[in-house]
Amino acid sequence: MTTVDDRPAAPAGAPRRPNPVLALLRNSWRQLTSMRTALVLLFLLAVAAIPGSVLPQRGVNPEQVDQYFRDHPELAPQLDRLGGFEVFASVWFSAIYLLLFTSLVGCILPRMRDHLRALRSRPPAAPKRLERLPQHTVLEAPAAADPEAIAAVLRRRRWRVVVRGNEVSAEKGYLKETGNLLFHTSLVAVLLGVALGSWFGWHGNRLLVAGEENAFCNTRQQYAEASLGPRVDSTDLPRFCLTLDDFDARFLPSGQPEFYRASVTVDELDGTPRKAAFSVNSPLRLDSANVYLLGHGYAPILKYTDRYGRSQTSTVPFLTTGDANLTSEGVAAFPDANVDPQTGKRDPAQQIAFEGLYLPTAPETGPFSSSQFPTEQNPAVVLVAYRGNLGLDAGIPGSVYQLDQRQVSSGKLKQIGDQRLLGVGEKWTLDDGSTLEFLGTKPYITLSVRHAPGQTLMLVACVVLLGGLMGSLFARRRRVWFRVLPTDPTSGSPTSGSSLVEAGGLPRTEHPGFADEFAQLVAAVRDDGRADRRAREGVE
Amino acid sequence: MAELSDQLVTFAILAYLVAMISHAVEYALGNARAVSAKAPARELVGAGVGAPGDTVTAPAAPTADEVRTARTARRAELAGRIAAGVTVVAAAIHLGAVVTRGIAADRMPWGNMYEFVLTVTWIGTAAWLAVLAKRPSLRRLGLFLSLVMVLLLAFAELKLYVEVVPLMPALQSYWFIIHVSTIIFASGIFLLGIVPAVTFLMRNGYEQGRRSFPYTLARRLPAAAGLERLTFTLHAFSFPIFTFSVIAGAIWAEAAWGRAWGWDPKETWAFISWVVYAGYLHARATPSVKRNVATWIAVLGFLTVLMNLFGVNFFFSGLHSYAGVE
Ligand code: HEM
Repeated sequence: MTTVDDRPAAPAGAPRRPNPVLALLRNSWRQLTSMRTALVLLFLLAVAAIPGSVLPQRGVNPEQVDQYFRDHPELAPQLDRLGGFEVFASVWFSAIYLLLFTSLVGCILPRMRDHLRALRSRPPAAPKRLERLPQHTVLEAPAAADPEAIAAVLRRRRWRVVVRGNEVSAEKGYLKETGNLLFHTSLVAVLLGVALGSWFGWHGNRLLVAGEENAFCNTRQQYAEASLGPRVDSTDLPRFCLTLDDFDARFLPSGQPEFYRASVTVDELDGTPRKAAFSVNSPLRLDSANVYLLGHGYAPILKYTDRYGRSQTSTVPFLTTGDANLTSEGVAAFPDANVDPQTGKRDPAQQIAFEGLYLPTAPETGPFSSSQFPTEQNPAVVLVAYRGNLGLDAGIPGSVYQLDQRQVSSGKLKQIGDQRLLGVGEKWTLDDGSTLEFLGTKPYITLSVRHAPGQTLMLVACVVLLGGLMGSLFARRRRVWFRVLPTDPTSGSPTSGSSLVEAGGLPRTEHPGFADEFAQLVAAVRDDGRADRRAREGVE
Repeated sequence: MAELSDQLVTFAILAYLVAMISHAVEYALGNARAVSAKAPARELVGAGVGAPGDTVTAPAAPTADEVRTARTARRAELAGRIAAGVTVVAAAIHLGAVVTRGIAADRMPWGNMYEFVLTVTWIGTAAWLAVLAKRPSLRRLGLFLSLVMVLLLAFAELKLYVEVVPLMPALQSYWFIIHVSTIIFASGIFLLGIVPAVTFLMRNGYEQGRRSFPYTLARRLPAAAGLERLTFTLHAFSFPIFTFSVIAGAIWAEAAWGRAWGWDPKETWAFISWVVYAGYLHARATPSVKRNVATWIAVLGFLTVLMNLFGVNFFFSGLHSYAGVE
């Protein structure tokens, strides 16, 4: 680890006109870009994320948020005002990370400048007294040691070397700071990618029932739920249409899903519709958007023949209730039923709807409240009939998957008889002679269609981030110096021209293995000298 | 195969228990004077130099007391060696349990929390043995490691156990292997890292003269500086792996759920852990932050990892809810 501390204070005693505003700004900036501030902000960021996991979040699970509002009617609005259900978009969360990133930029820019300078500068001259360094040794060179030869040994080991007279200075491990800067810069790039995605991205969710007549085309209106980034207009959505041809799901005997696959026809409106298939883990990737498979279920086909003998068929997706065997619930409404053919008058009190469950594998005997298996081994609907005003004309938007309970409680919509189990092909005759027939089901899937620009940038940034991180954590900055000294003539050394080589080493980052490395380096220099001499003697 | 795996887990727990007891014996017999004189010396000599116990200085004329001390020291040494040997055996049995579980399930044995804990603890032990091979002087930490293993494995067996089942479709992807294997690996190292972190905090207090309860336990521990360095090395090693696995998770989530990052509770807590560990590395690089403060941050980081592993599965529901606790 480098011993980087809070930035050095400004040189003391520099004559400066005291401008209080400027001084305050400068001080605040220095505070903001200090390591301590970064630490505090990092800590705050971690703490601030906790409510995002404790409270349900709108972006993740809006139903749970609604549930929370129902369970805690007093507390929930308060929390909502504080952004508790949208923590990661809240003012305070944003404030923390924006401050952190400002601090980050303020921290890395000057370091980049310094590092670029360091990269261009040469390793510094040897300190006078090498023996003061953490690593130090003196070796007797058998022959007149040549600083250039020592430099060559170091260069082979990828040290940056400079020779000054009888001195060799070398430094290694610039990768540490390079990696650190790359790492911090790519953090900024990741944030930019996030920003791009939220400005220019869009997504929509919907349910798609199999069959050509149910195909959907990519427009804002076709989504049950959609959100467009602030820089996206609904006319910007790319044009394509999607038809679900088939859906294939396999389950283990235990009921655990094993395999899903949706087969679709894609028409990108360039002339030739094409077939494609996708599944969980392998989305359908179109040029302009990706289509993800989120879930699946069944849409019972129900045929209602009214008392005037006119029939209507409706394919209504029943939503899964969350149980693994795909017990589903829904409503088939026939608001246009029982229109007197004589008068052509629509009597709102004669509308009809069926509410209940769909069980892909109904049990042999009652209660018929849940399915026994997720595939259709004994498909059946369990329905209750209602007649009266469905409340669809009141202009209040209601769910197509539920009856309007207000109509029921106000008595405008009345239950007729008891609930009834219908297998495929079975017909139920109601009190007024009208009938309901259960014809079978079609599969449906739930989809998320998404365009997320910025993802490539984020991916690249993440790769750089990792590389930089490793460089930063594992590279080690260190310096060594070699000084060639002529042997003391008084020592009476027999070989003329022999010399002493003094070596010193300084790890600039904590480096437990530095002693070993230094020893190896010194040995290499010594061996190289010997080899050199042998070579020379050989020639002679 | 599944039953074999279950039996092996039980045996592994027993073996860790034996290792723990031997370590405890070593600890109890350990001669405080010899240790405190020895440990720093070995620290200076450097990693892995010389077998443990070879720095005992020969007294000029052994008194009866000294003879007794020497005998106790020899016994402690023996207990320590036995403990290390039993840990190797325990790790082998443990590995057998993981592998047979994988064979029984016909997939990587990381499909639910039980299997996850089983594998994470094995990584922790294996990494510990690697550390021990390099730095035998740290052997006494084995007491704390085996304690952690016994606790976690027993918890897994009692509270998390589930029958072998195949993977759900959302988990059938090679990203599953990449994401989960790296997260397990990183978690295993973080798990191991907590041992020197906590012992450092105790030992550091002890060296600063504290003599109250948890600190006195540290009397026979290796020197604080070495523990701190090991803590850092382990965390610096696993942090990039953890980072990678979070990124891999995001790539996988993009394919499986249609968004790379959605602040689902698991993701949120992974983010929290990542930020806390980044905070640890920062704190350690800032000289004005004391080493014990930095180490506390690492401990906090591990608590967030635990929270993600257990807390999130038990308290929250999210897309990651197939973790399989019945
Ligand atoms: C988004 C916020 C930040 C995150 C997630 C982050 C993360 C990290 C991580 C994980 C490391 C450890 C890797 C290494 O040793 O190089 C690190 C190191 C470092 N960071 Fe940051 N950082 C952030 C902001 C900052 C800021 C604002 C500063 C400046 C005040 C800063 C200065 C440094 C320095 C100097 C090091 C090097 C420490 C060393 O020598 O090892 N970082 N950062």
